[in-house]
Amino acid sequence: MNKIGRLWESLLHKVADRPESISVLSSILAIVSGLLVGLIVMLFVNPSQAFPGFITILTGPFQDGLASMGNTLYFGVPIVLTGLSVAFAFRTGLFNIGATGQLTMGAFTAVYIGVNWGFLGPLHWVVAVLGAILAGAIWGSIPGFLKAFRNVHEVVSSIMLNYIAMYMNTMLITQLIYNQQYARAQSPLPSARIPVLFMNNLFPGSNANMGIFIAILFVIILHIILNHTTFGYELKSVGFNLEAARYAGMSEKRNMVLAMTISGAIAGSAGAIMFLVAGKHLEPVNHLMPEGFTGIAIALLGLSAPIGVFLAGIFYGALEQGGYYMQLYDFMPEIIDIIIAVIIYFAALSLFLRKFVANYLRKHIKKEVQLQEGSEVK
Amino acid sequence: MSELFNLDLLYFLFPLVIASMVPLAVVALGALYSERSGVINIALEGIMVMGGFTGVMTIRYLEQSTSMPLQWIAFIGLFIGAFSGMIFSFFHAYASIHMKANQIISATALNLFAPALAVFVARTLYLTRRIVISGNYRITAVPVLSEISFIGPMFFTRAYLSTYIGVVLFIVLTIILYKTRLGLRIRSCGENPHAADALGVNIYKIRYVGVLVSGALAGMGGVVFVLSFATRFDGTVIGFGFLALAVLIFGQWHPGKIILAALFFAAVRVVSSTYSSIPYLRDAALPAEIYRMLPYIATLIALAIVSKSSRAPRAAGEPYDAGKR
Repeated sequence: MNKIGRLWESLLHKVADRPESISVLSSILAIVSGLLVGLIVMLFVNPSQAFPGFITILTGPFQDGLASMGNTLYFGVPIVLTGLSVAFAFRTGLFNIGATGQLTMGAFTAVYIGVNWGFLGPLHWVVAVLGAILAGAIWGSIPGFLKAFRNVHEVVSSIMLNYIAMYMNTMLITQLIYNQQYARAQSPLPSARIPVLFMNNLFPGSNANMGIFIAILFVIILHIILNHTTFGYELKSVGFNLEAARYAGMSEKRNMVLAMTISGAIAGSAGAIMFLVAGKHLEPVNHLMPEGFTGIAIALLGLSAPIGVFLAGIFYGALEQGGYYMQLYDFMPEIIDIIIAVIIYFAALSLFLRKFVANYLRKHIKKEVQLQEGSEVK
Repeated sequence: MSELFNLDLLYFLFPLVIASMVPLAVVALGALYSERSGVINIALEGIMVMGGFTGVMTIRYLEQSTSMPLQWIAFIGLFIGAFSGMIFSFFHAYASIHMKANQIISATALNLFAPALAVFVARTLYLTRRIVISGNYRITAVPVLSEISFIGPMFFTRAYLSTYIGVVLFIVLTIILYKTRLGLRIRSCGENPHAADALGVNIYKIRYVGVLVSGALAGMGGVVFVLSFATRFDGTVIGFGFLALAVLIFGQWHPGKIILAALFFAAVRVVSSTYSSIPYLRDAALPAEIYRMLPYIATLIALAIVSKSSRAPRAAGEPYDAGKR
């Protein structure tokens, strides 16, 4: 017992010496809380199956060996991208709740190019992805402009744009690329599909493709922009202290528009990655795509840092893969959405969680901890 | 063109506008209570879903296992919706007031939680995400009052019980907010909480009142949404809660202007849903989605016009910190 106590104490000292680890701890606490609420809901619905089902959620990526690991990546990639989109906006002081709409516009554009522009040959899929990025960027720039020049809160405007994108998607599909027989969009040509590369050898039986490398590329680019460029420094300054940034001669209007445009571009790319896949079809259903909202949870858990978002997004892929097996236990897969919502709630309480950890440290090892300013929106 | 202005069309459209306008105004008034007390509540959408979900479950149960008169069932459903909306909004209140959490993020969590829970429970109980109710809750004609010329067909035919409840609530709550001590306290907490605190007002308690009132009104609004615009509940109110928020902003945080803003958005909503019955629009033969987008596009334009000079309560969105002046 004494030994464990000493081990715990040395661990506490390590945490206290690195304040940023407190933020990581608060993310982990949020995840644990979300999972616990999920377990409680499952116990209410079906007590006998709750524990086996819950364990399956946690071990989703290992249920079917390499195939389920590959699918974990496959499910995780779009969420990494929407998470990056939301996180990038967070860093600049904006709340991009419109990733869903930007993703929808990106998805339609990608599929449209995928269906019609077969003449592009081997470049076909690249152009389709770029088209999605452009569409997402345009859609994201609208709330940026409205905020910068008309003082419209980006949350309200991007929510409206989500619904507009949803109906626009339905309209454009039925007008331009409708497959009457199956009541859905036509399938993109094989040349427009995201290449599988060697991923099917690495993870046989899964849907994994090179989307994961696109996501990693975005992580690297955003990491460099945010941490190693003047442009990124300006964006962060505007997010951190608008008045100070203005005083230092930075144009907050320009930065707001650019931040939302880039954020939208990333979300748009997620739309391409999701639908330029064999067997997946864009449907003219008036239903908001949930991936954009999940991105909010992932951005918060990843502490708005590109690498953190990547890890959190893959964690989500694992949850989703676990949810895939839920119906075996008579649970509806929406249990995952409930868990995600609770995680967001506890992530909102992160200030409290961090204070809680700091207080604990102060009491037990008599060390003062300087809490970092949150990197989330203000 | 003369067809566009005939009286029958007016008698057809006006009750629909009223049916949209009253819940929009009531939910926006709820948001006003919350923001006037100093808490931004963009969780209205989620709270409406939660209220609609519990209310419709109750209504479905009462329809199937009792032979209660329909309007009684509607009344009980509205009450249950309001009650569960209030309970649900407590989570937002607790996070924003006691935990000093980011209010936008905590509200987003509620907005995501409600539909997830509603669909999860519906699919678990009924194997489909839809909860279907069978009754028709529209009152064809209110006795006596519907006989009055002009006013009768405009206000007392094809009406809903919830509309009259909503009108009474709107008037009573507006009087409370502007003519009573509690109302004054609520407004002071949103403008200058430190001054209010110095005068002995319990900021935390008052803010709870503000958020819980908004929760009850939004929860009831969720039930109204299902009873008036649909015969089933799919786990969504398709942005009605956000529309109410736009009504609040367009109404410049003032009850009188909120009514006008609600009238505007309700008219757009009605055009968007009944375009095929309006002669001029029917002939235009545009895709249905164009009309469906209208309320959201109108919101964007309206906000772009009024947001430049915001009249938001000064302390709305800021957690109260007694040590900060």
